[in-house]
Amino acid sequence: MSTGQEVLVRVENVEKTFRRGSEEVHVLSGMNLDVPSGEFLALMGPSGSGKTTLLNLIGGLDRTTTGSVKIGSERLDQMSDRQLAAWRARHVGFVFQFYNLMPALNAERNVELPLLLTHLSRAQRKRHVQTALEVVGLSHRAKHYPRTLSGGEQQRVGIARAIVTDPTLLLCDEPTGDLDRKSGDEILSLLQALNQDQGKTIVMVTHDPHASNRATRTVYLEKGQLSAEKPE
Amino acid sequence: MKFLSLVWSNLKRKKLRTSLTMLSLCVAFILFGLLSAIKESFSAGVELAGADRLIVRHKVSLIMTLPVAYKARMERVEGVAAVTHQTWFNGIYQDEPKNFFASMPVEPEPFLAMYPEYVLPAEQKEAWLKTRTGVIVGRTLAERFNWKIGDRVPLMSPIWPRKGDEAWTFDIVGIYDGEKKGTDTSGFYFRHDYFDEGRAQGEGEVGWYSVRIQDPEQAAATAAAIDAEFANSPYETKAEPEGAFIQGFAQQIGDIGAILTAILSAVFFTILLVTGNTMAQAVRERTEEIGVLKSMGFTNELVLALVLAESCLIAAVGGLSGLGLAWLFISAGNPAPTMLSVFYLPNHYLGIGVGLVLALGLVAGIFPAIQAMRLQIAVALRRNA
Ligand SMILES: Nc1ncnc2c1ncn2[C@@H]1O[C@H](COP(=O)(O)OP(=O)(O)OP(=O)(O)O)[C@@H](O)[C@H]1O
Ligand SMILES: [Mg+2]
Repeated sequence: MSTGQEVLVRVENVEKTFRRGSEEVHVLSGMNLDVPSGEFLALMGPSGSGKTTLLNLIGGLDRTTTGSVKIGSERLDQMSDRQLAAWRARHVGFVFQFYNLMPALNAERNVELPLLLTHLSRAQRKRHVQTALEVVGLSHRAKHYPRTLSGGEQQRVGIARAIVTDPTLLLCDEPTGDLDRKSGDEILSLLQALNQDQGKTIVMVTHDPHASNRATRTVYLEKGQLSAEKPE
Repeated sequence: MKFLSLVWSNLKRKKLRTSLTMLSLCVAFILFGLLSAIKESFSAGVELAGADRLIVRHKVSLIMTLPVAYKARMERVEGVAAVTHQTWFNGIYQDEPKNFFASMPVEPEPFLAMYPEYVLPAEQKEAWLKTRTGVIVGRTLAERFNWKIGDRVPLMSPIWPRKGDEAWTFDIVGIYDGEKKGTDTSGFYFRHDYFDEGRAQGEGEVGWYSVRIQDPEQAAATAAAIDAEFANSPYETKAEPEGAFIQGFAQQIGDIGAILTAILSAVFFTILLVTGNTMAQAVRERTEEIGVLKSMGFTNELVLALVLAESCLIAAVGGLSGLGLAWLFISAGNPAPTMLSVFYLPNHYLGIGVGLVLALGLVAGIFPAIQAMRLQIAVALRRNA
């Protein structure tokens, strides 16, 4: 499925500046990052260093101030809002720290949400949802509402929702940040399996060295720059 | 369609708020239905008025009478096709003012010819012509008092006492229907000859004339010719088209249409704020969720449509149930026959109601929807951080 060699994500000379009133906040300055296809990359760094910002740029949720983000052969920084939305629907799945499930929908309908944007029939959608729930080991909770699920279970539903469209790229922002060690480990094993067995390319933001150990590579973000070594 | 269940699930989240909003919409549209029926009742006469009929009354006031001898002179006026007269009798039934209905002595044959919209079976007409004390009553009135043909109805009149101060008694010989839905069938018409002979005073006086003209285009000219005929007499007249006459009559109570429109505007403005507020709250508390939907690839336009659909759905459930209830209530019958001669909800008001429901849903939802559409994903998602 993946060669493990070709570059899937290429971030080049990216700057990201936020405006807070009259003040400008330079979060990323001249950032470069290549993520080969099939990699499980852990992104670490102190709070406020711009990890979420970088993840958002890679996932097409936000736009660079300057510089380019290229995924496969497509330049995200050159797409219109509508093209970006279509691109996200096809190519990327997000996993959030606080799961961000729709409380009004049960597990299977949460997982189904991204499929509503496809042309799949109801029966086909149902089949995809079942498969995704099986992958995360939660078929038996399909009819449960988020408030009746544990944090770990909710995060699995979140992962099922992220993989149900079979995207190439999974972006996880502190997926274990809200979980105890045991549930966190289960989630990490799940991500590892998705990476190794299904060839998903994963970028995971984390504060937890324990979590980054599961990744194939770890990079550190500090003062707008990336490094391969943990800064002192 | 697949998105509709998503919209519906969202609605069910704040059940209390959603139901209260729907309830306010429901009440507003019940009010809309009822007030429309009332408005219709005041304007139906005007709309259904014969374009080829004039009403000729005393120039000074409707309550002053005219001589019966005017009939022959009026018939000779250029452009006049037929003439008949009526008199305000103000009959009181069972000594109860709340039993009020309009009662008038008329000339049977000319009257029925003048008002073809009153449909009376031929044999009942025969019976009326044969029975001096005969009266024909409208279907609505008959149903109101549960009258049948053959019933005897005694009435007192404060304006026209009977010789010897007895009650007037009438025998119901016919029940007429309306040709159209809005036709007034609450009348009580009895014979003028019986009335003229029995009244204690005022013999030879009548209330007003109904005049059929040959050419509706010439209504103004014919009316002027009639007034000219009686100018400078002790009984000067005022002739006007029937529609204008009915309108003038209704306006004695006030400009009902304008009052009702004002009330409804206030109600709808309030309901717009209520619904708009509900939607604004819904969007505000779902900021993150909207961000998540967009992160999955929901486009800004789709998010806009989902919010609009939600507010239209609220409006539809609340508003249409209100319209339905109003319709049921109105179909059940006239709650105030003393005041409203006809009471029904014309279809075009239902159409307007449905249009209002949709408009309300769209207008109430548009600002929250635009807000949701413009929401930046990264900003929306930061809210939980
Ligand atoms: N929309 C925004 N407007 C203004 N400033 C922003 C915005 N988004 C992020 N920032 C700022 O950019 C910096 C980086 O934020 P980011 O959320 O990327 O950090 P992070 O590394 O993910 O932190 P954490 O570990 O706490 O999640 C912070 O100083 C933050 O305040
Ligand atoms: Mg972050």
